[in-house]
Amino acid sequence: MIRTENLVKTFGDNEVLKGITTEFHAGKNNLIIGRSGAGKTVLLKLLVGLFKPTEGTVYYNDVDYFSLNPRQLREIRMQVGMLFQGNALFDSMTVEENIRFPLDMFTKMTQKEKQDRVNYCLERVNLEGVNPRYPSEVSGGMQKRVGIARAIVLEPKYLFCDEPNSGLDPETAIVIDELIADITKEQNITTVINTHDMNSVMGIGDKIILMKNGHVVWDGDKNEVMESDSEVLQHFIFASPFLKRLREDALTLRHQGD
Amino acid sequence: MLIDTMLYHIGRYSLMLKSVISKPERFSMYYKETLRQMDGIGVGSAFIVVLISLFIGAVTAVQFAYQLGDSFVPTYYIGYIVRDIAIIEMAPTITCLVLAGKVGSNIAAEIGGMRQKEHIDAMEIMGVNTASYLIMPKLVAAIVVIPMLVALAAFVSICGGYLATVLTGAVSHSEYILGIRSFFIPNNVTIMFVKALVFAFILTTVSAYQGYHVKGGSIELGEASTNAVVVSDVLILVFDYLLAVLLT
Repeated sequence: MIRTENLVKTFGDNEVLKGITTEFHAGKNNLIIGRSGAGKTVLLKLLVGLFKPTEGTVYYNDVDYFSLNPRQLREIRMQVGMLFQGNALFDSMTVEENIRFPLDMFTKMTQKEKQDRVNYCLERVNLEGVNPRYPSEVSGGMQKRVGIARAIVLEPKYLFCDEPNSGLDPETAIVIDELIADITKEQNITTVINTHDMNSVMGIGDKIILMKNGHVVWDGDKNEVMESDSEVLQHFIFASPFLKRLREDALTLRHQGD
Repeated sequence: MLIDTMLYHIGRYSLMLKSVISKPERFSMYYKETLRQMDGIGVGSAFIVVLISLFIGAVTAVQFAYQLGDSFVPTYYIGYIVRDIAIIEMAPTITCLVLAGKVGSNIAAEIGGMRQKEHIDAMEIMGVNTASYLIMPKLVAAIVVIPMLVALAAFVSICGGYLATVLTGAVSHSEYILGIRSFFIPNNVTIMFVKALVFAFILTTVSAYQGYHVKGGSIELGEASTNAVVVSDVLILVFDYLLAVLLT
C-alpha cells in the first residue's frame, strides 16, 4: 500500500499540489484522473521519488520514502516498476536488452536465468519473438507492452503507469488496460495509473481519484462514477457530448424501467 | 548576478562529480560501457585528429622555414621547433579543442537526449545511479584514450612538418632528423600527458554536466551542446595557461 500525507509541491510561486492525502491499495488499479494541468503527473513523479515534496511525505507500507538513506532507497526502488508515457525504452538497445537491463544491473542471475525471465515477461505481454528487434522497429502498442515487460521484470510490488493509453487506438488501449489489470491482480501489485482515458476509468478503475487544481476533489471506484452526483466528476467524465448523451439515455432507460 | 550564476553552476557541477565518483552497482555493466566509449572517443576520433595534426605540423614547419628566411639560424632548428611546439602545445591543446567539439557535443547531446526522452528517469526509478552510470564510463574512457590520441597527434604533427619541408626541399632529411633529436627535454612529454589528462577530464565532465541538466526541448538541447563546446574550450585554454605557468 502507498499512502500520501498532505503532499504539497511548489515550483517557484506556483503551488501545483495543495495537500494531497490519499491511499493506493495493493492488488488494485488505482487511477489518478483529471484535466491537463491538474497535477497528476507531478503527483506520480512524487510517488516514485523523481520530485521531492515541498511539504508532506509518501509512505510505502508505512515506510517514509523521503527519510530513507540511499541504500534503503535503492532497495525500495528495486520494488518499483514504471511505464512511461513515451515508453522511455533505450533506443540503442534491442527489446531483449531493454528488458534485461534491470536484471543485468541488479541481479546475480545466470545468463540462462535472465534469458528465461526475459522470455517469460515477453510471453506475459504477448510479445514472443521480438527479442532482437529495436524499439523503433515495433509499433506503438508493442512498445507499450515492451515497457510493461521491462517494468515487471524484477517482480515489482509497485507499478506506476503514466498515461499508458496515450497515442494508442481504442482497441489496443483496452488490451493494454487489461494487461495491466491482470498483472496487478496476479502479482498483488499496488498499481497507480495516471490517465485521461474514460475507457480505463470505467473498465479497470478499482479506485479513482479525481484531481482539480492540485486538490483531490472526488474519490471512489468505477461503480460509483455513474451514480455520483458530484458535478465536478460528471463535468470531467462526460465532457464528451457523445458520452453525455449515452449517460442521459441510460438514465432515461433506467427511469422508464422503474 | 554573474557571480551568483557561476557559483550555482560550480556547486551543481561539484555535486554531480560527487555522484559520478561512487561505487558502480554492477562492475561488468560499467566495464562494457567503458569499452564502448573508448571505441567511440578513440577510434571514432582518430581520423580527424590525424588529419588536423598532419596539417598543423606541416603549417608550423612551413611558417617557421619562412621566418628563418636568410637568417643565421640553422635550418635544422625547423625540426626542433616543430617537435617542441607539437609536444608542448599543439598536440594536447589543439587535439582537445577539436575533441571538445566532436566528443563534447556528442556527450552533451547523448545525455541530454536521454534526459528529454525520460531514459534517465527510467533508470533512476530502477535504482541506477545515473550520474555514475552515464558519466563515469565516458570519463574513464576519455582519460585512457585522449592521452593516446594526443601522443598520436604529436607524432603525426612531426611527420607533417617533415613532409612539408623535406619533400619541398626547404630542409634536408638529415637536418630535419637532427633537429627533432636536438635539445630534447623529457619533461616536455610529461607536460603533454598532464595537459591531456586535465583537458580530457574537463571536456568530458563539462559536456556531461551540460547534457545531464538539460531542460526543455530541442532548442535547449542544441544550446546545451553548444555550451558544452564553448565552456570546455574556454576552460581548456584557461587551464592550458595555468599548467604552462605551473609546469614550465
